[in-house]
Amino acid sequence: MHFAFTDEQVMIAETAKAFFAENATSERTRAAMAETGVDGALWQAFTGDLGLAGVAIPEALGGAGLGMVELAVLAEAAGRHTAALPLLASLTLAAPAILAGGTDEQKARLLPRLASGELVASFATVNRGETPRATFSDGRLTGAALHVPHGAGADIFVVETDNGVAIIECGAPGLRITPLTSMDQTRPYARLDFGGALAEPLANPRAAVHAALTTGWLAIAADALGGAQACLDRTVAYAQERVQFGRSIGSFQAVKHRLADMMIAIEQARSAVYWAACAIDEGSDEAKFAVHAAKAFACDTYSDCAGEMIQLHGGIGFTWEHDAHLFFKRARSNASLLGTPDWHRERVAALAGLGEAA
Amino acid sequence: MKLGFSPEEEAFRAEAAAWLAAELNGPFADVRGLTSLVASPDRRRDWERRLGEAGWSCVGWPKAYGGRDATLAEQVIFAEEYARAGAPPRLNHIGIELAGPTILAFGTEEQKARFLPAIARGKEIWCQGYSEPGAGSDLANVRTRAWRESDDWVIEGQKVWTSLAQFSDWIFVIARTEEGSKGPKGLSFLLVPVDQSGVTVRPIHQITGEAEFNETFFDGARTNTANILGAPGDGWTVAMGLLGFERGVSTLAQQMGFRNELDAVIAAARANGEAKNPLIRQRIAKAEIGLKLMRYGALRMLTDAEGGRLNPSALTYKIQWATWRRDLGELAMDVLGQAGETVAGHDYAFPALPNLFLYSRADTIYGGTNEIQRNIIAERALGLPREPRGDLK
Repeated sequence: MHFAFTDEQVMIAETAKAFFAENATSERTRAAMAETGVDGALWQAFTGDLGLAGVAIPEALGGAGLGMVELAVLAEAAGRHTAALPLLASLTLAAPAILAGGTDEQKARLLPRLASGELVASFATVNRGETPRATFSDGRLTGAALHVPHGAGADIFVVETDNGVAIIECGAPGLRITPLTSMDQTRPYARLDFGGALAEPLANPRAAVHAALTTGWLAIAADALGGAQACLDRTVAYAQERVQFGRSIGSFQAVKHRLADMMIAIEQARSAVYWAACAIDEGSDEAKFAVHAAKAFACDTYSDCAGEMIQLHGGIGFTWEHDAHLFFKRARSNASLLGTPDWHRERVAALAGLGEAA
Repeated sequence: MKLGFSPEEEAFRAEAAAWLAAELNGPFADVRGLTSLVASPDRRRDWERRLGEAGWSCVGWPKAYGGRDATLAEQVIFAEEYARAGAPPRLNHIGIELAGPTILAFGTEEQKARFLPAIARGKEIWCQGYSEPGAGSDLANVRTRAWRESDDWVIEGQKVWTSLAQFSDWIFVIARTEEGSKGPKGLSFLLVPVDQSGVTVRPIHQITGEAEFNETFFDGARTNTANILGAPGDGWTVAMGLLGFERGVSTLAQQMGFRNELDAVIAAARANGEAKNPLIRQRIAKAEIGLKLMRYGALRMLTDAEGGRLNPSALTYKIQWATWRRDLGELAMDVLGQAGETVAGHDYAFPALPNLFLYSRADTIYGGTNEIQRNIIAERALGLPREPRGDLK
């Protein structure tokens, strides 16, 4: 038992933190927001120079062959800056789906190119209650996927349907991709209408979906952790410099107690994210519980912290110019994507031996 | 990062579990499953001694002082097995978690040799004399005085909320030893025997109807001048050092108690159908998640402490568990409904869950209120300025 980073993990964390601080600047993120929601130069540097993009892809397939802890470290670092990257879609949803459920040929063909950033993928999942839904039969996809993250910039899609999982290329005849104006412009959605386009099946759809969701939930939780920490750090700095009534506002208990509450929640979110990452890596019985707990807790924490960031900044926090809204909108997107906190808690309730809900 | 335990550590677990099972199914079967802090004090004193004889009392302490030199992982394992075996609350938890570590950190070699083995062997039970009627959250506003007369410190004043003083042999007291001093200056940290005519312990009946806390009066009480931790006037440093101690391992044992309380809430919800109520399910899930995050938060703190680093998140632990438990008490009552508000017979003594609802209101007050905890977090971890001090007497 050693619940702290190894030296190697510390090094990865520091490298990633410095990389995003230097490159994922507000200015560049805003430029990407006005376009496709991807900072292309950042993506190239992240997948190329930094060399950590394939962190959880085996070395034989072009990755770094590390685990979920390292993946969470990267997602947390990216989340601190609401980096405009298809990290979640391509590397923590689509890639694990192909790795777990693809044929050897699919893995060899696609994973090295995903790890190198040459190819960008996204993942279309079946959402609760959404219609129309996607179906896959006779090698063709029909129906639609309504909210595909970073969908407008992806080269290929891994599509979960009611009957199987398939890979489709963005140029497949019949497929229509509609970019959607999205509240979070750093991770905009697209709608896919499949139109009977040809797609190739994954060999093991169950394993693919399980891997994509597990890794995706963890990555969203880690992104939320990084974002929440950034909200706290920036708000603490502001509370120290902003003077009202002849005192820095951070000396008022009405303010400092709320900042303390943010830290209390964030430290729990940190425990949750790295517990879940370790539990998955170690194949622990707790892994399922842990990842639902992490997704629910970290997303709630991020929503609370981003809201507090706006409130404690006062009027300036409500402007487009200030970065607070980037965090607030990413927090909202994280909460909705792949199951709300309430949904994940309901999974926890079932795992806790409460039986089924009424 | 690694959460699992090694085969050697699992062998240690088996050894601890076997010893605990043998004792708690044999000579100490009568105290197995106790949860009250005030029940069966004599038998729990026997249990402290039995743990001490067998070397299972203060497993993390050095062998030289009656401990076992256990590694961090072994301490974690023992705490888990202790609770899993249904062993009773430690009568001497203040000695083990507060007095002992403080003496270990600030005591002279003579003081360590005098006091630590007696704690580890269960021979001397301790309580804490910090709060006073005028020194609650503003703890440094101590009025209890002490002065030297020949070989003794003589103590006058009153302490309050002295938990378990009625069972204790020793009390540690912060007292003002420099006349005219104010606030944290001029205080000393004294170790005082309870059983003497100058010390009077009077129980305080609390909202549960039980009496765990006391008022403790010092009226010419005496202790030898050797029984001071740190230099005269340095008592505040010692007292604050104590508050900063890593309590991660004992919190793991405490968490196993919380586990039992949450299991009782779940059992009640299953029994009366509330387990199907989606709102109750959300709250139970929150409690489940909160409990796990306490465990993994404690493991983070402990791992860092072992490497000699104080993880700033340690400062968030008190408010975290206290608030969790208060929320659990409210959840318990919402699950039980009015059935939880009545009890058979004439005694005002409620069963565990309604009692939790009442008792847990103390959790967010003692040991630093939630508001004081937030100040500590904001000032020490986040570096925010202190609120200016007022000047009312």
